Amino acid sequence: MDATAALTTPSATGAASADAVANPKIVAKNVNVHYGEKHALKDVSVDIAERAVTAFIGPSGCGKSTFLRCINRMNDTISICRVTGRITIDEQDIYDPSLDVVQLRARVGMVFQKPNPFPKSIYENVAYGPRIHGFARSKAELDEIVEDSLRKASLWNEVKDRLDDSGTGLSGGQQQRLCIARAIAVSPEIILMDEPCSALDPIATAKIEELIDELRQNFTIVIVTHSMQQAARVSQRTAFFHLGVLVEGGPTERIFTSPNDRRTQDYITGRFG
Amino acid sequence: MTLMTDHIVSAFDADLKELGDKLAEMGGLCEKLVAESVGALLKRDSPLARRVIEWDRSIDRLQHEIEERAILTIAKRAPVAIDLREVVAALRIANDLERIGDLAKNIAKRVIALDGQFQPPKLAHGVEHISDLTLGQLKEVLDAYTQRDEARAMDVWRRDGEIDSLYTSLFRELLTYMMEDPRNIGFCAHLLFCAKNVERIGDHATNIAETIYYLVNGEPLLDDRPKSDTTSSTKIEYQG
Repeated sequence: MDATAALTTPSATGAASADAVANPKIVAKNVNVHYGEKHALKDVSVDIAERAVTAFIGPSGCGKSTFLRCINRMNDTISICRVTGRITIDEQDIYDPSLDVVQLRARVGMVFQKPNPFPKSIYENVAYGPRIHGFARSKAELDEIVEDSLRKASLWNEVKDRLDDSGTGLSGGQQQRLCIARAIAVSPEIILMDEPCSALDPIATAKIEELIDELRQNFTIVIVTHSMQQAARVSQRTAFFHLGVLVEGGPTERIFTSPNDRRTQDYITGRFG
Repeated sequence: MTLMTDHIVSAFDADLKELGDKLAEMGGLCEKLVAESVGALLKRDSPLARRVIEWDRSIDRLQHEIEERAILTIAKRAPVAIDLREVVAALRIANDLERIGDLAKNIAKRVIALDGQFQPPKLAHGVEHISDLTLGQLKEVLDAYTQRDEARAMDVWRRDGEIDSLYTSLFRELLTYMMEDPRNIGFCAHLLFCAKNVERIGDHATNIAETIYYLVNGEPLLDDRPKSDTTSSTKIEYQG
C-alpha cells in the first residue's frame, strides 16, 4: 500500500478539511518511523485536539503505539529507531535539538498497559515527580499536590487512610489510577495512554473510562486501545492506523457510524484484524 | 451497492442474515396483503377480507421477531458502521411494513362493512389504478432493499408524487359522485378512506426508500420528498 496515496484519498483529504481540528494541541506532519530496515510509520499527518480525547485504533503492529511514543520522544531510547517529519506541541517543534527532553516528558505524561507503580508508598509514588521537578516548596505544598492528584485520579477516598502503604499492594485498577495520579502530579498538558485498561476487569475499566472523561476538561488525552467500544465510548476523535498508515481520522461518531474508508469499516466491524 | 465480506465471528453473519430473511418474509406477506385487500374491495369479497385480517397477525408477529432479534444483536455484537445501519434499517423497515399491514387490514374491514350496502359499479376503478401503482412501488422498494440498490430506491422515492396526484383526482371524483346522488355517500366515504390508506402505503414505501438511502450512504436523505397530495387544501363547491 502506498502511504502517499492513502493520504490523498478523498477520505484523507476530507478528514483534513471537513473534519479539521479547530484547536490542535499537537500537529504531526509527514512523520516517518524506521526501526532499522522496518518502515513502521509512513507519512503520518494528524492534528490532535486540545482538551479532548483522541483514540488511536488499529490491529497489532499497525504503528499506533509507535506514533504515541513519538509524542513524548520515548522512541529516542531505542537506538535503531529513526524518526523523521515534524511534530509540534503548541506550535513548538518537539524534535528541536535544543529542546529539553526531560521538560517535554513533564509536559507529556504517559500511562502504560500494565500498571507500574514504584515499589514505594502510595504517597511517594505521587510525590516523586513534583519533588524532583521542584514543584513544591514545602511538605505542606507537596501534601496538597499529592491529595489533589489522587482526587483527580478518583483514588483519594480509597487510599487516604493508608498513604504509607505500598503502591504495589493496591488492586490492578487502583494501581492504574495511581499511575494516572502520578502522571497528573507534574501538571502535564498531555496524557498519553497505551492500552490503559487491557489488564483490568470491567468495573476497574469503567472507573478509568469515567476518569478519562473527567480529565479531558483539563488535559489533552491520546489513548491507544484495542477495544473498539472503548474508543467509541471515551473519545471525541478517532484515528485508524493500518500497516503503518493513518488510514482515516475524524469525529468518533462518524468513524463508528459511517467511516469513509473501506479498511476502517472492515476493521471496526470485525471483518479483519 | 455494498457487498460485504464475512465477519471473523460467523455467528454475527448468521444474526444479520436472519434479520434480512425475516424482513424479506414480512415484505412478501405485506405485498400479498395489500393486493388481496384491494382485490377483496374490487370483488366485494367478504370471506377474502376476513382472511386478510387474519394474515395481518403474521405480519405483527414477524415485526416482534425482527425487533427482538435486532435488539439482541445490538446487545450481543455491539454493531458499528454498516452493521449498525443494517440493524437500524431492519428495525425501521419492519415498522413501516407493520403499518402497511395495518392499512391493508383497515381496507379489509371496510369491505366487510360494505357487505350488502348499495354499491354502484365502476366507482372502484380509480382505487384499482392507485392500488396497482402503489403495489408496484412497494414491490420495487422491497427489491431495492434486497439488492441494497440505492438508485432503485430513489426512483421509488421520486415516483410517490404520482400516487399523490392520483389520490387528489380520486378525491375530487368521489366527491362528485356523492354530490350527484346521496345514496353513493356511504360507499364513496369508505372508498375514499380505502384510497387514503393506499396513498399512505405509498408513503411508507418512500420511508423504506429513505431508509435504504441511509443504509447505503451512512447519512440521512435531507431533501424534501416531492408531495402532490393537495386534498387537505382542496375546497369543495356545492352546486345545489
